[in-house]
Amino acid sequence: MTDTADKADNENRRDFLQLTAAGMGAVGAVAAAAPLVNSLNPAADTLALSTIEVDISGIPVGESRTVFWQGKPVFIRHRTEEEIKEAQDVDVSALSDKQTDEERVQKPEWLIAVGICTHLGCVPNGSKSTEPRGEYGGWLCPCHGSHYDTSGRIRKGPAPKNLPVPKYEFISDTVVKIG
Amino acid sequence: MGSGTREKFDNPVVDWVDERLPIFTLMQREYGVFPTPKNFNYFWNFGAILMFMLVVMIVTGLFLAMHYTANTELAFDAVERIMRDVNGGWLMRYIHMNGASFFFIAVYLHIFRGMYYGSYKAPREILWILGVVIFLLMMGTAFIGYVLPWGQMSLWGATVITNLFSAIPVVGEYIVTLLWGGFSVDNPTLTRFFALHFLLPFVIFAVVFLHVWALHVTGSNNPLGIDTKGPQDTLPFHPYYTMKDTFGLIVFLIAYAAVIFFFPNSLGHPDNYIPADPLVTPAHIVPEWYFLPFYAMLRAITFDIGVPFTDIVIISAKLGGVIVMFSSILIWVVLPWLDSHPIRSAKYRPIFQKLILILLVDFIFLGYLGAEAADAKYFGIPVNYFGLAATAYYFLFFLVFLPVLSKLEKGREMPPSINEAVTSKGH
Ligand code: HEM
Ligand code: FES
Repeated sequence: MTDTADKADNENRRDFLQLTAAGMGAVGAVAAAAPLVNSLNPAADTLALSTIEVDISGIPVGESRTVFWQGKPVFIRHRTEEEIKEAQDVDVSALSDKQTDEERVQKPEWLIAVGICTHLGCVPNGSKSTEPRGEYGGWLCPCHGSHYDTSGRIRKGPAPKNLPVPKYEFISDTVVKIG
Repeated sequence: MGSGTREKFDNPVVDWVDERLPIFTLMQREYGVFPTPKNFNYFWNFGAILMFMLVVMIVTGLFLAMHYTANTELAFDAVERIMRDVNGGWLMRYIHMNGASFFFIAVYLHIFRGMYYGSYKAPREILWILGVVIFLLMMGTAFIGYVLPWGQMSLWGATVITNLFSAIPVVGEYIVTLLWGGFSVDNPTLTRFFALHFLLPFVIFAVVFLHVWALHVTGSNNPLGIDTKGPQDTLPFHPYYTMKDTFGLIVFLIAYAAVIFFFPNSLGHPDNYIPADPLVTPAHIVPEWYFLPFYAMLRAITFDIGVPFTDIVIISAKLGGVIVMFSSILIWVVLPWLDSHPIRSAKYRPIFQKLILILLVDFIFLGYLGAEAADAKYFGIPVNYFGLAATAYYFLFFLVFLPVLSKLEKGREMPPSINEAVTSKGH
């Protein structure tokens, strides 16, 4: 082997060592950062608050109650006959977030949906029958004017999605467990 | 830093220290005899003003932090206690609160100065980019700081802005939960925001150091945008610009003090004196005034971008708004390459000069639109359309006009040197 070939060979090895060392350093830095970033995720006690039981016997027809779940308002609406019919009669193919009313409720009289506008997170008005309910009789978001129907589906305005339906089950006829 | 020749100082103590740590030599070189173009106008005052404001914010913030409690149950009352019971607390808070506004007034003028006089061009690209980084950090710091008093605007402003990240496809929701540390803006959010609000100004401080370092490598630009060619074009920084900077700072502080003492709440929103309530959204959410132009661009995008004649949406209106808002600032990073015209100063570029003044008006108009209710109308036309037009001009300026002008614009005749320009009459 000549001197220059020897040198080139040496340089290649040195490059390889440097690159692997730097690579390992980077892997180590990411590994060290991961638990720190993960600590920002919801803590155990925050997650523990994630189910609530609500007595719904006192909610009159046509009104709703707003309960607090995971730091968010949840609307529990006792729908009237007309509201149910309106929600069921909609032509689903014309909606921007296509869902039938049946997919969104377990019992037609009760609509349960998270009261957070899917645009940028304001709380829509319309839970009380005295509040403005928008053009589709459901809810109207005061922030940028999203209109929701009586099934909590987005009908008009900037919000992209329907009001999300949380996981829930009826424990009895009058008690519902959310979460 | 340690190398190079060192001149002896008369004071033996100073000289003894300087021999071991040449800090006096450094100050003398960078702020004493530092050669500075002799034709600065008052737009060159804002850098010094910004440094002063950063120190003011850090000092008042530190003392506020000694009385503040980052907990959703206690934060609002802690700030009210600062206002009513802590000795001089109202003053510290008003200095800090309005300090943020005056910081932004200064930084906007500082940035516009850079654009108008072409300070971003070679060899000052890194200096400019570091400035953009500082601006982004400032926006983050101010946004997070506004959450701390935990009023209605704190909570709902934070909710709307953090929700922007949910527009990112696939990982968006995950990022938002990570930011919140829960399922809404709540106590975990407040505590981490406080920690970051404490930290970020020091990060800003570090980047400012790099910014000034880069400045002292290239030297300052000037209103004519021509390079200094020798001692006849410059003045030593001290006493000439130490004096001019001090004078400008005093004028600025008079305006600042007038607001602190006579209209301390005029720049803020009254709803932030209502304690945060996660069940009630205020009727009209507006960010602080210094975010309004960007907020208007965010709101201007109300349409989905998709494959024509199908339902397929590629970029939803929400994501589109977010992209437009962030790119409106990030576009500044590539400004030195979008505008490759050889002349720096707008003074010698007649078309650029007009277009950038229109940009200024456009930007102020956007700020005005950002404060309007979303469903407001002018002459029966929804404000959105005005917002869209103004946003379009903003991006046209950077992405189309600048590259085209770089090729086509004929400059005015330039003076041969700073010295000749300022000593000949008719200047
Ligand atoms: C870049 C510099 C800074 C900016 C732009 C900034 C901005 C802000 C803003 C806009 C507020 C809300 C004021 C209000 O409405 O009450 C605030 C509050 C606060 N800041 Fe800062 N800040 C800065 C530096 C600091 C530093 C360095 C600290 C701590 C060491 C600090 C501690 C606080 C505290 C404790 C509050 C809550 C009390 C209050 O609301 O007045 N800040 N900040
Ligand atoms: S947050 Fe409801 S419309 Fe924007």
